[in-house]
Amino acid sequence: MKRVVVLGGGVGGTLAANLIARKLKREIAAGQAKVTVVDATGSHAYQPGYMYIAMGNEKAEKLVRPEKSLLDGNVELVIDTVTRIDAPGNSVTLGSGATMAFDQLVIALGSRILPGDLPNFEGEAHHFYTPEAAKRLRKALDAFQGGKIVVAIAGIPYKCPPAPLEVAFLVESELRERGLRDKTEITFLSPINRAFTIESVSDMATPIFEEKGIRLELLAGVSEIDPERKVVITDAFEEHPYDLLICVPPHKGAQVVIDSGLAPKSGWVPTDRATLQVKTIAKPAPGTADEDIPRYPNVYALGDTTDLPLSKAGSTAHFEAPVVAERVAAAIKGRAPEGKEANYTGKVMCFFEVGDGKGTLLQFDYNHPPKPPKPSALWHIGKIMFNKTYWRTVPRGRV
Amino acid sequence: MTAEPTSTPDITTTIDARGSFCPGPLMELIRGMKEAEVGEVLAVLSTDKGSKTDIPKWVGKAGHNLIGVLTRDGYDEIVVQKVR
Repeated sequence: MKRVVVLGGGVGGTLAANLIARKLKREIAAGQAKVTVVDATGSHAYQPGYMYIAMGNEKAEKLVRPEKSLLDGNVELVIDTVTRIDAPGNSVTLGSGATMAFDQLVIALGSRILPGDLPNFEGEAHHFYTPEAAKRLRKALDAFQGGKIVVAIAGIPYKCPPAPLEVAFLVESELRERGLRDKTEITFLSPINRAFTIESVSDMATPIFEEKGIRLELLAGVSEIDPERKVVITDAFEEHPYDLLICVPPHKGAQVVIDSGLAPKSGWVPTDRATLQVKTIAKPAPGTADEDIPRYPNVYALGDTTDLPLSKAGSTAHFEAPVVAERVAAAIKGRAPEGKEANYTGKVMCFFEVGDGKGTLLQFDYNHPPKPPKPSALWHIGKIMFNKTYWRTVPRGRV
Repeated sequence: MTAEPTSTPDITTTIDARGSFCPGPLMELIRGMKEAEVGEVLAVLSTDKGSKTDIPKWVGKAGHNLIGVLTRDGYDEIVVQKVR
């Protein structure tokens, strides 16, 4: 019997497992194949909703469901942590001590936020990357009566690249509605030389900062937080005082992929941009040509796990999963991957809130940068609808 | 007899960020600078076209010393000395 093991029950792992099970329905029924998801919690969280908790229009309990309820009936769920991945040896070790052999492995372990990696972050900075943190930010915003707000980013890459810009825009709108805008100075610290990593999106967003009177500081990644003086110190040694600090925490990939030698210390797994196969060398010697690095033929990564130069977002995992599923199913069936899902083209699609009930859409791939439409109510409503219908659509492969 | 003056101090660390997209090479340099001692010289190798403008801008803003932006075979080498 051929065994497919999927590590992680987030968007990528859940959707990939369901699509694989669908493609292998006959083989599973005949006892020739088995698909197993290993997830540390057994709960599936809709993380894009966390920002809306902070903005006051979402409840944490609506953003989580049992993983089992989202999985195809033919997918086995094991609730356990993963402590070791032996890619060349075709096995994984679980927290319980059990080992699980695989014929095909999908690594979808996501990313971790590490607020503790930046001294004083936990005592001083608010964020919206967990339901608890988002609730605390909501309370802080409710108590805010004017002063200096700094929205900042402590390291790239991080989950949902538009999120800090969206938060800056949404907070600005809220404060205007509450009559506090005149008493508030908002500063956005971008760690790079423009407002957003993708140039066309940056060109769309920069005038919005101007319209909203939000000061945009470039090349201003967070290096230190001084809690005594209440200032953020940037990589370029500039200081920005704050009364309320909202900061994207440092991110890394899963510890187990670092410990297993599949990723450098950043934790992002080197992955083939088209096949999504994991590369066999985590940290190549300087000057090594990419095509000279062998790929594991039966180990795939998707979603936040990879080192691909794409958004760390559910949307990326959503569009990668069909490729992983096609390749895994083809290998089990003993045929070559086929059709438009044989290779990943870098497709990502996500909504971008700009405040005042308006949003836009970012849609792009490796060869086509996004051309965001003029912000309108349509795309804001689109995002809200997508958030509400997520449970019935994305994990089940219906969109 | 005196030593020949050299135009470029010895490079302490080379960061190979080739194949890394913008802003990867800049972020790699910032990380390297945090770990380096004052006076050390870092070279960043980048295939990203934006690095030639973005990295010197950051170096100027941070008050470090831009030693050179060198065009190599298929990539750029940006050499920076940590000043503070």
